[in-house]
Amino acid sequence: MSGRRQFWLIETGVTVRQEVLAPATKTQIAELVSGKSAPAEQPIAQAAPQTPDKSLVLLSRIGNTNPLSIDDYIANNGFAALRKAFSIGADQVIAEVTASGLVGRGGAAFPTGRKWAAVASQPVKTRYLICNADESEPGTFKDRVLLEGDPFALVEAMTIAAFATGSQHGYIYLRGEYPRALKNLTNAVEVSRNKNYLGENILNSGFNFDITIFRGAGAYICGEETAIFNSIEGYRGEPRNKPPFPVEVGLFGKPTTVNNVETLVNVLPIINNSGEQYATWGSTGSKGKKLFCVSGAVSKPGVYEVTFGATLRQLIDLAGGLKSGSTLQAVLLGGAAGGFVGPQDLDLELTLEAARAAGTTLGSGVVMVLDQSVNMLDQLQRIAAFFRDESCGQCVPCRVGTVRQQEALARLVSSNSADETAIDLHLLRDLGQVMRDASICGLGQTAHNAIDSALTRLKVFSA
Amino acid sequence: MSAQVTTGLQVRKSVELTIDGKKITAPEGSTLLDACRASGIEIPTLCFGDTITPKNACRVCMVELEGSRTLVPSCSRKVEAGMVVKTDTDRTSHSRKLVLELLGSSVDLSLTKNVSKWNSNYDANPSRFGAPSTHHGKRDEAVTGHHHHPDGKTAETVHQPVKIDNALYVRDYSKCILCYQCVDACGEQWQNTFAITTAGRGFDARISTEFAVDLTDSACVYCGNCIQVCPTGALMFTSEFEMREAGTWREEEQTQTDTICPYCGVGCSLTLHVQDNTIVKVTSPSDHSVTHGNLCIKGRFGFQHVQNTKPE
Repeated sequence: MSGRRQFWLIETGVTVRQEVLAPATKTQIAELVSGKSAPAEQPIAQAAPQTPDKSLVLLSRIGNTNPLSIDDYIANNGFAALRKAFSIGADQVIAEVTASGLVGRGGAAFPTGRKWAAVASQPVKTRYLICNADESEPGTFKDRVLLEGDPFALVEAMTIAAFATGSQHGYIYLRGEYPRALKNLTNAVEVSRNKNYLGENILNSGFNFDITIFRGAGAYICGEETAIFNSIEGYRGEPRNKPPFPVEVGLFGKPTTVNNVETLVNVLPIINNSGEQYATWGSTGSKGKKLFCVSGAVSKPGVYEVTFGATLRQLIDLAGGLKSGSTLQAVLLGGAAGGFVGPQDLDLELTLEAARAAGTTLGSGVVMVLDQSVNMLDQLQRIAAFFRDESCGQCVPCRVGTVRQQEALARLVSSNSADETAIDLHLLRDLGQVMRDASICGLGQTAHNAIDSALTRLKVFSA
Repeated sequence: MSAQVTTGLQVRKSVELTIDGKKITAPEGSTLLDACRASGIEIPTLCFGDTITPKNACRVCMVELEGSRTLVPSCSRKVEAGMVVKTDTDRTSHSRKLVLELLGSSVDLSLTKNVSKWNSNYDANPSRFGAPSTHHGKRDEAVTGHHHHPDGKTAETVHQPVKIDNALYVRDYSKCILCYQCVDACGEQWQNTFAITTAGRGFDARISTEFAVDLTDSACVYCGNCIQVCPTGALMFTSEFEMREAGTWREEEQTQTDTICPYCGVGCSLTLHVQDNTIVKVTSPSDHSVTHGNLCIKGRFGFQHVQNTKPE
């Protein structure tokens, strides 16, 4: 450019135009400003290699229906569950969801039926429903596929949840970095409202319910179920103390149900068939279908739908196995808040109970496959940096503990004295315990998990 | 509203629970901390203040509650019938020790009451994270999500220069443990001025005016209610700050005299702190039914006329 800087002016009065470009270079941004359009986004279905496949339960419409078309949705069994819910009544909906054994898919695995029943039994009649679509656990992208590819399903599932719990208003707390999900959801909410699937007297049932889409601004902590309330209410994104629990005192101080996107979408097959039928899928302790986000050194990374009970090896095989030339070093299960497992754990059953028994977690369904090219020390430092950056700063164990954890790791990485290593490993364990025991919310409580698993399971710093 | 508002003649039901193996009765609505203190059990607190709703941010008062996966903050957890609580276990000691170490290694606690006693009670050694870092970025300009990668040789601190931007009080946020009491006192719990709040995230979180402007450009009305609740000496009368700097602050020689504010008809209680026959600062009793420790600029800072000194 011969040292001359170029300027592209965006002036007042120019119509705002939104383009999605990632990853972006300076030249590409300049081209966009000067009028060029961004290249078309990747097709949604590309993120879900099993699709299109109508025999799938959660992903059945991905890749074969138009996510912007309500007619397409209705032609593919859309709103059947909502009609059935209205006909069987709120109590029966909760009974079916309870019988299905469905538990939250956001990571905490709380029984959905019990949560709904708790909200439904509150004496306070103003109640809210929040769909937690602030998917920001590193390595998680399952909700994105549902939000972008099957937005009407979320609208329908939220309406059923609201009907069951007696809630009048719903919020979709959407991750700010999901522009296509925003577009598709906005369309789905508006079209559903126009066709009386939302709003007053939905389908002549006498039930009123509407949805507001609320975009997050990029903070990981705002996906914590009580920090969401603060965020929506316009306060600093900090988790609240529990108790009182959200089912009693939630958004705007009212009883509130907070459900993950995948959890809600699971409700449709439960109502369409029955809770009992749904419970036939899976293991003793984990019922139904689960989406896993397989990434890293596999041939076909993406979102995979499996029945609970598949092993880690089967899931990796489903994703086309390891890339050629890769040998397995470790798998990060559950994301940064989850834990590492090693090659010896490939036969681990991906169920909540088997994961718990093995001292790990499925979390939000992250399966990040790391091969020999990955420097585990860098990975650990990246995770430590992540928690340090994302801590809200409210409580001491997390605010300072995540910094001390990062510093101790930095020392360990460069340490060449066994004595010093032992001291810092002890320090890390001490930090892990206080963060787990005394942090206000799940962020601090899990900020040591991945590092702990790398120390104990992968023996990262052992000679 | 304050946690400390007198319940008057209201009859409160009582709740039976077990603390450290002893069956005790506590009024419904009271906290585990209240119950512990009533039965003579000492629990350290840092962010807890008696006129502000507990924020349970420091996590030094954690106790073990049977059936709870994590420890629970005694300052804000309400008593429930049948609770089984332990206040002195390996887990609670570990948690208190680590919180003291984490704060002690990052914040100047030299003016925070009881810290050295608790450090020795809980065997806390804040220096084990390394020497305090001497490299200090500008905390007011910290960008969320950006930090220098540590080398582990030193322990990062919250150090920043003392803010002296007005004649009445100084803000030394190197001493701030982020108890949030000043924010709550300035905001919806007492003053409703909202001049300060928390800015930044994680370790960068700090108390700030809007866009970190000087107090003189902020919404501050100089009521000084933030100074009243500050447990660490981060907020301090300029008179006290200057005397401390000059080495002439001698708290043990000071007398405290309760009187009534002469300015208006409300009749707020004042406590005058006097050293060498000079008023050096003014507080108000936090248990006073009129002020709950709060004053306005006149009662808090308008005492110079009493000294009867003319400007040079």
